[in-house]
Amino acid sequence: MSKFAKKKDGEVPAVSTASLPDIVFMLLFFFMTVTVMKDSSLKVENVLPNASEVKKLEKKDRVIYIYVGAPTREYQKVFGTEPKIQLNDKFASPSEVGDYILMERAKKPQELQNVLTTALKVDKNANMGLISDIKQELRKVNALKVNYTTYEGDAFRNLQ
Amino acid sequence: MARRAGAPEVSAGSMADIAFLLLIFFLVTTTIETDAGLDRMLPPIEPPDTDVVIKQKNIFQVNINQNGQLLADDELIELKDLREKAKAFLDNGGAPSGSPDYCSYCKGKRDASSSDNPSKAIISLKNDRETKYSTYITVQNELVGAYNDLRNREAQRLYNTNFVEMEARYLDPETSDEVKDELKEKVKRIQDLFPQKLSEAETSSN
Repeated sequence: MSKFAKKKDGEVPAVSTASLPDIVFMLLFFFMTVTVMKDSSLKVENVLPNASEVKKLEKKDRVIYIYVGAPTREYQKVFGTEPKIQLNDKFASPSEVGDYILMERAKKPQELQNVLTTALKVDKNANMGLISDIKQELRKVNALKVNYTTYEGDAFRNLQ
Repeated sequence: MARRAGAPEVSAGSMADIAFLLLIFFLVTTTIETDAGLDRMLPPIEPPDTDVVIKQKNIFQVNINQNGQLLADDELIELKDLREKAKAFLDNGGAPSGSPDYCSYCKGKRDASSSDNPSKAIISLKNDRETKYSTYITVQNELVGAYNDLRNREAQRLYNTNFVEMEARYLDPETSDEVKDELKEKVKRIQDLFPQKLSEAETSSN
């Protein structure tokens, strides 16, 4: 048998898939690092209004979220259809907002406690009365920086 | 056949499958989004020590009623006209030249019965408890838009750039510190030309 046997003609060598796991792992790590797990499930309808003059809310660690909206269908039997406030995972009354803010603020590191923003994620069908109550509570605990979270878009679409 | 030394190799063929499984899980759960919205400062709860006297002509009253109708300076107006009205009010510069309040960069009508100077002009927003949130946001958006339009104009004039872009770059955490310092001054200067004075009175209930 000759040492240099002729290769068979017309056969394409198989592509090596040995590096496939590496590539997939790379993608995997990318998505693992950018993934943010939702820490609270929404119990209220939350279709935000549109606005065009928005600013991005950077630095998620210094944001406290407050959700407002009508309870979703499965909660409507118990809580009715009027817009409600959701803090963390439960419904709350406006008077509880202040305590919640203070509690969340205490959880944050000392150096961030003065630069916190309260993001109000309010359904577009909510009434201003409830928002005013929240605003009043926020003022009481001196959480003056608020961000009305919106979608980016034409603000006049809200009126339809 | 001679026995191989050491443990037999573990097949790595299924590694890709496992990694794919994880990958798909994270792909599905990922939400890459940064929230955006309108930044506002609420007024502090304790009233200021001294009562500030503000001339009526320096206040631009905006009222929203429960049907989403808009009253601006005792005039019923359409929402789409609000931005222009607010701009006209802010940019008016009614103080006569020579007085300390004279506004050199204003391009408005210089109507003596409207605001003296952008730094004096206050927009007061009042809404009803029954006002829809979406209407309120639209009004807020228009008022912020009026300020941004004027600031953009001044930024174009002074630095040949757009204020909104400048501010976004300044707030971007990826911007380097030297650029930030430089931007800070410019942003501050433009903000001082048209300071955002948007007062929100407590909601009226009927």
